[in-house]
Amino acid sequence: MARLTIPPQELVHPGHAACPGCGAALAMRLLLKGLGSRTVVSVPACCWTVIATPYPTTALGVALLDNPIESTGASISGIRAAVDALGLPDVTVVGFAGDGGTADIGLQALSGMLERRTNAIYVMYDNEAYMNTGIQRSGATPEGAWTTTTPVIGVGRGKPERKKDIMAIVLAHRPVYAATLNPSFPEDFVRKVETARGIPGPRFFHIFAPCPPGWRFTSEATIEIGRLATDTGVFPLYEVEDGRLRITRRLSSLKPVEEYLSRQGRYGHLTGAERERIQAQVREGWERLRREESVGPPPGPVRPGVAATSGPEPATVDSG
Amino acid sequence: MAQIVMSGNHAQSYAAMLARVQVIAAYPITPQTTIVEKLAEFVADGRLPAHYLQVESEHSALQSVVSASALGARTYTATSSQGLLLMHELLHWAAGLRVPVVMGVVNRAVAPPWSIGADYSDTIAQRDTGWIQFYAESNQEVLDTVLQCYRIAEDPAVRLPAMVTEDAFYLSHTVEPVDVPSSELVDAFLPAREARAVLVPGVPARLGSFTGPVEYVGFRHDVARAMDRVLPTLAAVEEDFARRTGRDHGGPLPTYRTEDADAVLVTMGTATTTARAVVDRLREEGHRVGLAKLRLFRPFPVEALRSLAASVDRIGVLDRSFTFGPTGAAAAEVRSALYAGSARPLVADFVAGIGGRDITPDLIARMYAVLDGPEPPDVTWMDLAAPEARADG
Repeated sequence: MARLTIPPQELVHPGHAACPGCGAALAMRLLLKGLGSRTVVSVPACCWTVIATPYPTTALGVALLDNPIESTGASISGIRAAVDALGLPDVTVVGFAGDGGTADIGLQALSGMLERRTNAIYVMYDNEAYMNTGIQRSGATPEGAWTTTTPVIGVGRGKPERKKDIMAIVLAHRPVYAATLNPSFPEDFVRKVETARGIPGPRFFHIFAPCPPGWRFTSEATIEIGRLATDTGVFPLYEVEDGRLRITRRLSSLKPVEEYLSRQGRYGHLTGAERERIQAQVREGWERLRREESVGPPPGPVRPGVAATSGPEPATVDSG
Repeated sequence: MAQIVMSGNHAQSYAAMLARVQVIAAYPITPQTTIVEKLAEFVADGRLPAHYLQVESEHSALQSVVSASALGARTYTATSSQGLLLMHELLHWAAGLRVPVVMGVVNRAVAPPWSIGADYSDTIAQRDTGWIQFYAESNQEVLDTVLQCYRIAEDPAVRLPAMVTEDAFYLSHTVEPVDVPSSELVDAFLPAREARAVLVPGVPARLGSFTGPVEYVGFRHDVARAMDRVLPTLAAVEEDFARRTGRDHGGPLPTYRTEDADAVLVTMGTATTTARAVVDRLREEGHRVGLAKLRLFRPFPVEALRSLAASVDRIGVLDRSFTFGPTGAAAAEVRSALYAGSARPLVADFVAGIGGRDITPDLIARMYAVLDGPEPPDVTWMDLAAPEARADG
């Protein structure tokens, strides 16, 4: 491993209210290390509503605005417009939402923000269920996973449907930068944050966020489970800049998915056949990713532009 | 000062431009569209150097301006009917965050069945969200009230969002001469927003947050007290506005020929103009009638109504919506205001003009007749179609 490249600055303070071993807490910590203190974060109803600690305290060393669960994309469009209108320099605008608040109820506002080319970073931290409300299934819950609304009882076998592919949805909007990030690989994580920080335009991070109580594992295993997710191909690490996809953790061979599944109680009920089906899906997804990397970007203009919400000109229309 | 013939919708647009709004977000809905089209022109031709967010829903429109306002920008949005209903969640957010967003609303009926006619169901349904609510009678009043609302909403004593409503088509698409004040006059009346209690990039702070019950009660009480300070603030703002423009819209409850009146009709919006003519006619016939215009619905002008009630035997209330309670909303508010007062005149509710039906002089004359009759009912639906006109009663 190369020398430590993680900035020492801490903008998530001790005393935050996350559960032990929370992947979402690590996600925010590493994100803000990469972005610095002149960041404004908009957070919808999600685990981070609570993690940031109640009034009159805050666990973050940056400005934080709460918003309702479905409107994070719109909130960061408004913050960016205000920052530009007020002429505030060097501000990074971030929406930091969970998987339910992004892939389910927040999808419309996310799509709008990407389409109108808002100069901001949208983060979906993915703990693969509605964890703050008590582990209910979301569109991002993987197939077969137990949740409190996909119980393993009677005919129930966990979630019957496959996980929603948020990256495909986002990439259809041609963001200037999109990447998958995993706190178990902090150097890769922070490098992507620092890369994205320098590219104006709509950017998207899909961050893997293991959840000990929701996924039924003990809190010391978060980093290990995160590493297994990537090394089995369940959560590959890649980035897409100007339409060009690049895998950032190359694997000559994938570890068996069983190594990942067997560490989590939410998959404990799965039969051998069910596990084999998941293995086949993961292999297929990995092969598809490798093909996309080798094919390269589609022809034509790949960067449709950035909403011109700053600059000397008096009038701007944030519609690209 | 220039006089321009314009619609109520364009009066909204001109007011937003004169207020030098910095962030606009909007989603189109009939009959609001010409407001935001005109603003898009002002932005495109450079007259209004604002950031105009073309959003994908009314929910996102209001979220965008709430967030922009939380950072200190002066903001504007406009909507109508279904769009306002979709914004409902964010209306609470705007008041709770104490952001001085100003919004134009073109009052329109809500579905089903679909109707684009004038009706107050959309804004009346938002009366409990912590927004200041003005109902305009003329296009001039639209323009002037939007400007006044920025002063009131941004006043440190208030810091609440405000909506200025206008009747669909009667104002939104009807043109009349409007005095447009010069930008120098407006700049003097309404300086740039002095940002207080806003988020500042680089300064750790949280706006919104979550609380235990003790703090929560305190925040709600703060909103209630801020609402109490709207009336004195309006008085001061209107006095200043009148001094600069010569126009005074009469505060929260302007009255007409009520001095010796036995019966007074309480109206809102454009029906007031019609009712004023009916009062003159009935006066000529010897009836002692008057009217009072509910210009401000939130906060509700309780003291002004009690003063009126002190000299009046009967009060009729024209409700341009029905809220499926014992009476319409305006009548319920009037009764509630008067119950604890020293005078409790009879209060009768008249439901009329909903779904865009015309409120004619004859219809208003009939309201006065019912009000003056032996036993005015609690609620009278004035303009129902004949039963055979509907498939099922």
